[in-house]
Amino acid sequence: MDFLDVLSYLAWGVAAILLLWIVVDALSVSKQYDEEFLMSSREGEEH
Amino acid sequence: MSTTVAGEANKQRISMLKVLNPFHIWALGVGIVLVGEFMGWNFSVAKGGAYGSLIACWVIGLLYTCVAMIDSEVTSTVAAAGGQYTQAKHIIGPLMAFNVGLYLVMAYTMLAAADALVVGDLMTSGAAVMGHPGLDPKPFVVLTIAFLAWLNYRGVFMTLTLNFVITLIAFVSILVLFIAVDPLHQGAVLQHQALLTDLPYGWIGVIASLQFGMWYYLGIEGTCQAAEEVRSAGRAIPLGTMGGMITLLVAASLTWFICSGLIPWQYLGQATTPLYDAASLLGNTKLQLLLFIATMFAAIASANGCINDASRAWFSLGRDRYMPVFFGAIHPRYRTPYRSIIFLVPIAVAFAFTGLLDQVITFSILSGLLGYTFMSFNMVKFRKMWPLGSIHRGYIHPFHPLPAITLFILCSATYFATFLGYGSSLLSIMAFYIVASIWFTLRRYKFVKRADQFTMPWPRPKGY
Repeated sequence: MDFLDVLSYLAWGVAAILLLWIVVDALSVSKQYDEEFLMSSREGEEH
Repeated sequence: MSTTVAGEANKQRISMLKVLNPFHIWALGVGIVLVGEFMGWNFSVAKGGAYGSLIACWVIGLLYTCVAMIDSEVTSTVAAAGGQYTQAKHIIGPLMAFNVGLYLVMAYTMLAAADALVVGDLMTSGAAVMGHPGLDPKPFVVLTIAFLAWLNYRGVFMTLTLNFVITLIAFVSILVLFIAVDPLHQGAVLQHQALLTDLPYGWIGVIASLQFGMWYYLGIEGTCQAAEEVRSAGRAIPLGTMGGMITLLVAASLTWFICSGLIPWQYLGQATTPLYDAASLLGNTKLQLLLFIATMFAAIASANGCINDASRAWFSLGRDRYMPVFFGAIHPRYRTPYRSIIFLVPIAVAFAFTGLLDQVITFSILSGLLGYTFMSFNMVKFRKMWPLGSIHRGYIHPFHPLPAITLFILCSATYFATFLGYGSSLLSIMAFYIVASIWFTLRRYKFVKRADQFTMPWPRPKGY
């Protein structure tokens, strides 16, 4: 296995970790917060 | 976590963070586009020769200047995510808004896929140069999309700050190359007198080259998507967009000047990475490396901006229930449209895995062109419904209605140019949007809460 094979596997691995992190975080947010609150933004409102 | 209290007591509302400044807007617009200077624009040379490409560069530059002026005025007033979708919703109506929203999502998602493909191909080329041919580009395509999606998920400030840095490096690399070719001494390095020819296919070739002239600027209108996240939309959007347009006009002209003076038009029209090829011809390894890195950065910046914009457009469609309201959610900590970002990842990867860069880009360009055509009508209606003085505008574009009329004429010419080269693609894309419109009218519009979607504190429009 040469360096580029390792690089390819590393790329797959890092991509999988990042995507997994996003999905797990999104699921935990959905559990922790009320849906009405998460979708409560309104366009044009000044905050 | 900071939230805001709006309306009735105890009713907390969440919103996107207003943290962006004009430099971020510049980075978003130029970041999406600049990859077009490193590749793609040169196909216009194959259609119309080197001079034909230059004419396309400036004619399409005029088209995009009109786009930038119109966008700056409307967005400095309609300061909401969704950009042109939100403009269409307020000014034209729901069916137009749905279509424009779809143009935006398709254009940016496909462009992000194409950019990731470019990153993968560059990795393969780089490995081949280092003596390791046959590197599979797929893991790097997926890693590009995954990393940028993760970055976008974590917050807009860091996302666009990174875009600013890598876009600036890519732009500076063009300036460095321009200085390296010794532009003041014609014949020393540049050979324009020997290489420039008459129009090889006449004026019809020039018209045909308009389609690829769009690569010089495609995506600058994406600055509008950040309208809900800037500190001051009235200041940041016009400054960032118009500054970006000036940057692109300079970059496009320099790119044409460098490449047409070094590479014969017959080769230039088919080159994959013309600026990198131009640097290679100079025989300077450091310059070659700089242009390789800059090409990579430009592709990453473009994909980054596209993920940002596609997710904002999809989020806005969800928030107004034009698409499932589930996508209208904002992350309580990072304040990003996180569900929209996640949803578009597999779609971008799927487009990228088709490997059909040509078709993906053509669909993206045509979706953009449909959006620009709408803007000309939109602007005329906007000024009629809310004349100057009736609402606050952060920026007022000059010579109205001349830019709107010019935009419409140039869009029509570009449709004709596209029909000459990609007639079947044009017709199939039109058919796709017609079918989508029928679906929206018959099946989706009933879910839209009509009163809730108009939230701008504007007076009743003139004539209503």
